[in-house]
Amino acid sequence: MEITNPLLLTVILINFFTLGSARLGACIRIVALQGALLALLPLAVHGFSLHSLVLFSGALLFKGVFIPLLLLRAIREVRIRREVEPVIGFVPTLILGVLMTAGAFLFADFLPLAVEHLDSLFVPTALATMFSGFLLLITRRKAITQVLGYLMLENGIFIFGVLLSEALPLMVEGGVLLDLLVGVFVMGIVMNQINREFSSINTESLTALKE
Amino acid sequence: MLEFIIIFPLVVAVISLLIPNYQTRSWLLPVSGGLHFLCSVWLAVEQRPLRGIWLGLDALSTLVLVVTSLLFFGCALYAVGYLDIRRDRGNKIMVPCLLIFLSAMTLAIAARHLGMMWMAVEATTISSAPLIYYNRNKLSIEATWKYLLICSVGIALAMLGLLFVAYAALGSGSPASLQLDELLQMAGSLSKPWLHGGFVFLLVGFGTKMGLAPLHSWKPDAYGEAPGLVGALLAGGLTSVAFLAILRGVQLMSAAGDGAMARQALLGMGLLSLCLAAIFMVRQPDIKRLLAYSSVEHMGLLAIGVGIGGLATFGAMLHLINNALTKGSLFLAAGNIQRAYSSKRLTEVRGVISALPVSGSLFLAGFLAITGSPPFGPFMSEFTILRGIFANHHLLVGLFVLLFLALVFIGMGSTVLAATQGKAEAKTSGFRDRLLLCISPTVFILLVLVLGVYIPEPLQQALQNAAALLEVQP
Repeated sequence: MEITNPLLLTVILINFFTLGSARLGACIRIVALQGALLALLPLAVHGFSLHSLVLFSGALLFKGVFIPLLLLRAIREVRIRREVEPVIGFVPTLILGVLMTAGAFLFADFLPLAVEHLDSLFVPTALATMFSGFLLLITRRKAITQVLGYLMLENGIFIFGVLLSEALPLMVEGGVLLDLLVGVFVMGIVMNQINREFSSINTESLTALKE
Repeated sequence: MLEFIIIFPLVVAVISLLIPNYQTRSWLLPVSGGLHFLCSVWLAVEQRPLRGIWLGLDALSTLVLVVTSLLFFGCALYAVGYLDIRRDRGNKIMVPCLLIFLSAMTLAIAARHLGMMWMAVEATTISSAPLIYYNRNKLSIEATWKYLLICSVGIALAMLGLLFVAYAALGSGSPASLQLDELLQMAGSLSKPWLHGGFVFLLVGFGTKMGLAPLHSWKPDAYGEAPGLVGALLAGGLTSVAFLAILRGVQLMSAAGDGAMARQALLGMGLLSLCLAAIFMVRQPDIKRLLAYSSVEHMGLLAIGVGIGGLATFGAMLHLINNALTKGSLFLAAGNIQRAYSSKRLTEVRGVISALPVSGSLFLAGFLAITGSPPFGPFMSEFTILRGIFANHHLLVGLFVLLFLALVFIGMGSTVLAATQGKAEAKTSGFRDRLLLCISPTVFILLVLVLGVYIPEPLQQALQNAAALLEVQP
């Protein structure tokens, strides 16, 4: 389909934006946009069926609206705006992100893909988004950015899942999205408690438990 | 019936929110646990395999269901006594979360659709996070955060593995599916690279949840900071559920003719788990972290048993029961000890047997059982696994396992003996052994003792059936 390639390219650009930005509010909003764009994919690939319409609205509501609102409320409550001092600086993270994306495209060429997916951007984008999510998880200190990394990882898996929608009945897709929403909700509560106990949500303060 | 035991705990969870009385709310747990256990046993005894598209029970899942249900029942009974002395922390979150946890575990066990199983396993992570945070202090929040993030990311990778498995069908021209029976049927025509990749991600994802080394980093923290009864449920129940998820992957690989590769991967991770656990158990000053590493060790043994195959698989099935019950008993006893001393570190915990005769003896007996001393059940199952290893001519593996088991015995023994023997200092709190807090661990350890001496014929048959499912050749 014509529309999927620009969509997937935008998704990759959003990965870069998130890797390079320090402003948490902007990061949350842009990851929300990524989720909303992904919601369009089932429609673009499978056309207007009940399955893709439900998946579209579910993903749009959960990934594009509810989860970002939860996270925005969380950063308002703990009063933080910026991710300062990431473990690796923003520019090196960006460079790593570019390398990983290039790697994802090269790697996807070697995969034994089904004939209909040979020239599409789906698999490399899914891999690149997952890698970016991992990078975010590893290189940031704030609990909230780690949650964003987890969300991005899930987004990458969602892209891959669009190719396999016949294997994932609505009940399962719905359950997966619900798990994600409740998971982020619980993470938000835990984040709030971290802030109350340690007066910051830097996960560096979580180092008392070790051998 | 199967639907019933998944749904009714959820209904009771909602009811528990509406009940104002503290004790009544606590008692909902053992009542639900008892009902769940009765239904599970009934389902197991009825013995016709249930094969739905969504839900079903085969020999493997029946085994895990009964064990998990029994463990939950025991822990629920303990919970009444425990919550009674923790009125400062309340039970408004604990009771519904435990019930949702039970429901999610049952769904994960009974699911025949792998996507549904995944969803249920993720639900167990979410519903158990508030349980680990029960004590509401800095340490427990750190443990909860690590648990939540590491397990969620791990489970996300398992989802990727599932998608790979589904993608494996695309090349063969058949429609993609994640329904277990359909997958097993068309296993021969699945695209190999995708299936192999999928299995690796499944192993990494559910292995994180099960706590196989090197993916176990959350385990000592979570088990150490969670209340004893939650530790018991995680170490005995949830790990078995995650193991079942991995076994589904092994089934698939065997059906596709690549069982040997899956077994090698399991064997490697099992040996690594055993090795790392043994190292960290030596001079471990914290009794609950000690139990957590012991759990890593026994997950390793389960993986090794299935990895070797044949007789050892049978041993692993038996070990799954023994491990769940013994760990249940140990964690509940450790919970009592922690209550009495307000500490779980060896610097304070001394002379437990003189201060708490029942809990102390249980802890000591549990230690002897879990390290494989006769006449307890784990001796039988570990011996069977070892016999399987040597019968298959894996001499080196057998020697390694024996070496690490000996190391674990010495390491665990020095901590447990130091904690239980000697004289208690006078400063212990007013906590004494009481019936509700001692009956479940006692019953568990007695069952383990019985299993070490005598395995009833129906159980023997059930174990063989479960092991046979994993031995299927294409």
